[in-house]
Amino acid sequence: MPKISVTVNGTSYSHEVEGRLLLVHYLRDVLGLTGTHVGCDTSSCGACTIHLDGKSVKSCSLLAAQADGSSITTIEGLAPEGELHPLQVGFKEEHGLQCGFCTPGMIMCAADLLEHNSTPSEQEIREALEGNICRCTGYHNIVRAIQSASGQLETAAP
Amino acid sequence: MSNKFIGKSIKRVEDKRFITGHGRYTDDIVLPGMTYAYILRSPYAHANIKSIDTSEAAAMKGVVTIMTGEEVGHYGVPCGWQVNFKNGDIMKEPPHPLLVKDKVRHVGDAVALVVAESREIAQDAAEAIIVDYEVLPAVTDASKAVEAGAPQVHDSVPNNICFDWEIGNPKAEVDEAMASAAHITSLDFVNQRLSPNAMEPRSYIGHYDNVYDRYTLYTSTQNPHLIRLLMCAFVLGLPEHKVRVVGPDVGGGFGSKIYHYTEEALVTLAAKKTGRPVKWTETRSEAFLTDAHGRDHVTFAEMGFDTEGKIVGLRIKTFANLGAYLSTFSTAVPTYLHGTLLQGLYTTPKIHLDMTCVFTNTTAVDAYRGAGRPEATFLLERLIDLAALEMGIDPTELRLKNFIAPFDGVTQPGYQTNVALQYDSGNYHGVLARGLEMLGYEDFRKEQAEAAKTNKLLGVGFSTYIEACGIAPSAVVGSLGARAGLFEVGQVRVQPTGSVSVFTGAHSHGQGHETTFAQIVADRLGIPMENVEIHHGDTESVAFGMGTYGSRSLAVGGSAIVKSLDKIIEKGAKIAAHKLECSPDDIEFADGKFTVKGTDKSLTFGDIALTAYVPHVYPANLEPGLDFSSFYDPTNFTYPFGCHIAVVEVDKETGATKVKRFIAVDDVGNVINPMIVDGQIHGGLAQGIGQALLEGIEFDSTGQIINASYMDYAMPRADDFPMFELDRQVTPCPHNPLGVKGAGEAGCIGSTPAVVNAVVDALWSGGHKVKDVRMPMTPERVWTAMQS
Ligand code: FES
Ligand code: FES
Repeated sequence: MPKISVTVNGTSYSHEVEGRLLLVHYLRDVLGLTGTHVGCDTSSCGACTIHLDGKSVKSCSLLAAQADGSSITTIEGLAPEGELHPLQVGFKEEHGLQCGFCTPGMIMCAADLLEHNSTPSEQEIREALEGNICRCTGYHNIVRAIQSASGQLETAAP
Repeated sequence: MSNKFIGKSIKRVEDKRFITGHGRYTDDIVLPGMTYAYILRSPYAHANIKSIDTSEAAAMKGVVTIMTGEEVGHYGVPCGWQVNFKNGDIMKEPPHPLLVKDKVRHVGDAVALVVAESREIAQDAAEAIIVDYEVLPAVTDASKAVEAGAPQVHDSVPNNICFDWEIGNPKAEVDEAMASAAHITSLDFVNQRLSPNAMEPRSYIGHYDNVYDRYTLYTSTQNPHLIRLLMCAFVLGLPEHKVRVVGPDVGGGFGSKIYHYTEEALVTLAAKKTGRPVKWTETRSEAFLTDAHGRDHVTFAEMGFDTEGKIVGLRIKTFANLGAYLSTFSTAVPTYLHGTLLQGLYTTPKIHLDMTCVFTNTTAVDAYRGAGRPEATFLLERLIDLAALEMGIDPTELRLKNFIAPFDGVTQPGYQTNVALQYDSGNYHGVLARGLEMLGYEDFRKEQAEAAKTNKLLGVGFSTYIEACGIAPSAVVGSLGARAGLFEVGQVRVQPTGSVSVFTGAHSHGQGHETTFAQIVADRLGIPMENVEIHHGDTESVAFGMGTYGSRSLAVGGSAIVKSLDKIIEKGAKIAAHKLECSPDDIEFADGKFTVKGTDKSLTFGDIALTAYVPHVYPANLEPGLDFSSFYDPTNFTYPFGCHIAVVEVDKETGATKVKRFIAVDDVGNVINPMIVDGQIHGGLAQGIGQALLEGIEFDSTGQIINASYMDYAMPRADDFPMFELDRQVTPCPHNPLGVKGAGEAGCIGSTPAVVNAVVDALWSGGHKVKDVRMPMTPERVWTAMQS
C-alpha cells in the first residue's frame, strides 16, 4: 500500500492508503472531514470540491496517492476556527443554501473564482459554477451570495 | 403575541453548521464496528433468475454476510394508497420483495446484499456472485404496455393494468359539451419521466442493540415516523417501541425520500443478523436506477370552446407509468393528486379524465416535487395557450374570460370544482395582472415583432396555475384510499427557565424549519428566537409525525405547533391569574407578559414558566408543568396559485433556447419568512424549467436507461437561468390558524408549461405553426419543429 504525507487544513498527516482509495474518501473516512461530500460517481457535481495546493479540484477525481506531498484545504479549514470566510457569510446572508449538501463544494469553487477575479460579473459567476450542481436553490441566491462576498451587492453582508 | 419575527427575512439558524462543513448527513455517521453493504442489482430490465451462486463471494476475506431473495424475499414493502378500478375492483398490488428471487423487473432490481468490512470488499464480493439470467423482452412505455402481446411484468396483473380510474362529470355529458364546441384544441403529448436528483444520495444505517433488543435506523428520509410505521407494521413485523428511526440532516428530497425503500428494511435485517451496524449508501448511478422517478404520462387531451372563447369542456385520456412496482404513494399521484386539479383556474363546466395506471419494466414512479399537479397544470396551460394561438385570441385575454371570480373563502364561499375539491380562497386575476405589469406586455409584443425579422425569435409563455397542498384532511384522504392519516404533531415544551424546546413531526431537508418555526414560536410567546430550539427527525424525541411533503410542513405542522402554543398561553394565564389574584379572564398576554387588563400588574413568560415547575404558589386543580402536544388535522387542502411568465429566445439556426426572463407572481397565503419562501420558489422554478428544456430519463428498447449519470442526464446548471423576477400576492388561507398555504412545490408546478408555451409562441412568431415541442426541448427538437 502506498504511503502518503499531506497537509490538510494546516495539519500534517501520514497514512498508508489502498491504491484505489479516492482522495474524497481519504478526507471523509480516514480524516473524518465529512464536510466534503460525494454527490456523484462521474466527477460531475462538484460536491467534493476542495483546494489542492491553492487550486479548486474535485476530490473524487483524484486518488489519495496522487495527493502525496500536497497541501489541502477543505471547507472545515477555509476560515480560521471560530471565524467565517466572506463567502460563508455571503451564503448565509443571501440564503445561498437550503439542504446544504452542495454548499461546501460551491463555497470552495467560488473561493477559487474570487481568488482570480475579485469582482466577477453575474455571467462569470454562473460560468465558474458550471461544474457544481445544486438541486435546491435554482442558483439565484448562490449567485447573489458570491456577489455579496465580493462586495457587489448593495445589501452586502456586514 | 409580538410582531418581531413573523413576516421578516430572518437569516437561517441552521446555516452555520452547513457553511462550515459540520452538517451531519447519514453517510457522515460512523458507528463502532461499522460494516458496509453493497447491493447486487439486475443489469436487465426483465429476466428470469435461473440460479444465484454466492459461494465464491461468501468465501472472500472481509465478507460478513450475504443475503438473497431466498432468505428475505418473503418480506416486501407496501403501497400506502389503495385506488380502485372503475368497476370497484381493488387495484392490483403485486409484491415488492426486498430482494427478488424469481424474476427481475427493471434494471437495478435488487438481487443480493453483501455486507463486508469495507465498501470496496462488499463491491468486489458482489461482483463475484454468479447469477444466471434468462433475459425476457421488456416494455417501458405505459401506452404500449397495455397492448395485446406486450411483455407481462407481473403474472398476476393482466395487461399490466394496475387499475383504471376516472374523475369529473359523467363522460356522456362531457362528450355532449365537446360536440357543441365551436373550437376544439387537442394535444397529444408526453410528460416525460424525470429523476428527482436530491444531491445527497440515499443512505441508511441499520443498528441492533442485543442487550436492550432495540433497533435504530438512520435514514435520509423526509418522514422518519412514517418509515418506522411502514417498516415495523407492514414489512418486518417489529414492535414500534423497539425501533428508533432517525432522519438526521438530509440533503434534499423533492419527494424521492418520502417512500419506504427496500434498502431501509434490508440494513435493519442485516444489522440484526450480523450484530453489527450496517451502512449502505447508494452511488449516483444507483440513484438513477432506484430512487423513485416522477411524471411519465402519455396523454391525449382536448379542450372545447364556444364562439366567445369560453371553455365548454375538457376531455382527457392518460396512461400513467407506475414502473415495475408500487412505491409508497405512486397510486395517489396520477389520481387524487392529479385528476382533482383539472379545474385549474377556470370555470370549465364539464371535465372528464380517463386514467389508466400501468406497470412497466422501469424504475418505480412516485411523487416528485408537485406530484400529479405539475402534470395537471402542464395539460391545462399548454391547451389554453395553444387554443389562444389557434383561435387568434390573446392568451391572457382567453384566461381572463375563463377565470373563476375572486373569492376570499370567509365572506364568500369556497369554489366547488367539478373534480371533487373545494378551493379555499383565490384571486386569480390579481396575479396575472401583476405578472403582465412586470413583463411590460405591450412593449414585449413590439419587441417580438421586431425579433421575428431576425435569426433570434422571441416568445412569451404564460402559466396560471393552482395546486392543492397542505396535505391533508385525514377523513377525506381516508375515504379516497389513503392507508394513513395526514395530520401533524407539534409539541412545545417550556423549560423551567422559560426557554422553549419544540418537537415537530415535520422534517426539514432544506426548507428551513429550524428558523421559520422558531419565528412563530418566538412571536407567539414574545421571547427571543435564541430561546427557541426546533427538534425534528428523531422518533425517540418527537412523539409522532407524518413528515414533510406536499408543501405541508407549515400549513399542517406549523398549525400543530400553534395549537400547542395556544394551550400554553391559556394555562399560563391561569397560573398568572392565581399569582396576581384575579380571574384568568382578566389576564391578557402580549409581548411576553401576562398582564391584568387595565393595570400595570404583570408577570413575564419566564416567571410563569418557573412557577409551573416550582409550583409553590399555584392554582388548585392545575397540573404543574408547561408542556403541550397537539395533533392538527386540517379541514381542507390549501390552494396556492400564481402566474408564471417565461420569455425565451430561440435561435432559428441552431434551435437553441435561452430563457431570457422568468417572472413568477405566487400567492402562497401568509408568509412567515419571505427569504425562505423566495428560495423555495427559485428552486422549484429551476426544476420546472429543467423539465422543459433539459431533463428526461430515456430508455432504450431493452429497458436500459441510457442517461443514468450526470454525464448524460442534463441537470440544470447555473448558467441555464437568468436571475428570477419574483413578486407575491397574499390571499390568506381561511382555514388554518397561520393563514398559510405552502410554497414548496409552486415554483415547479407553474413553470414548465410557461417555458414550452414560450417556445411555441416564438415558433409561431416565426411562422412555424407547431402545436408542441416534446420535452426536454433540446435544440435538435426545436430545430426539427421549425423544419416541418
Ligand atoms: S462527487 Fe466529485 S464531482 Fe460529484
Ligand atoms: S442547497 Fe441543496 S443541493 Fe444545493
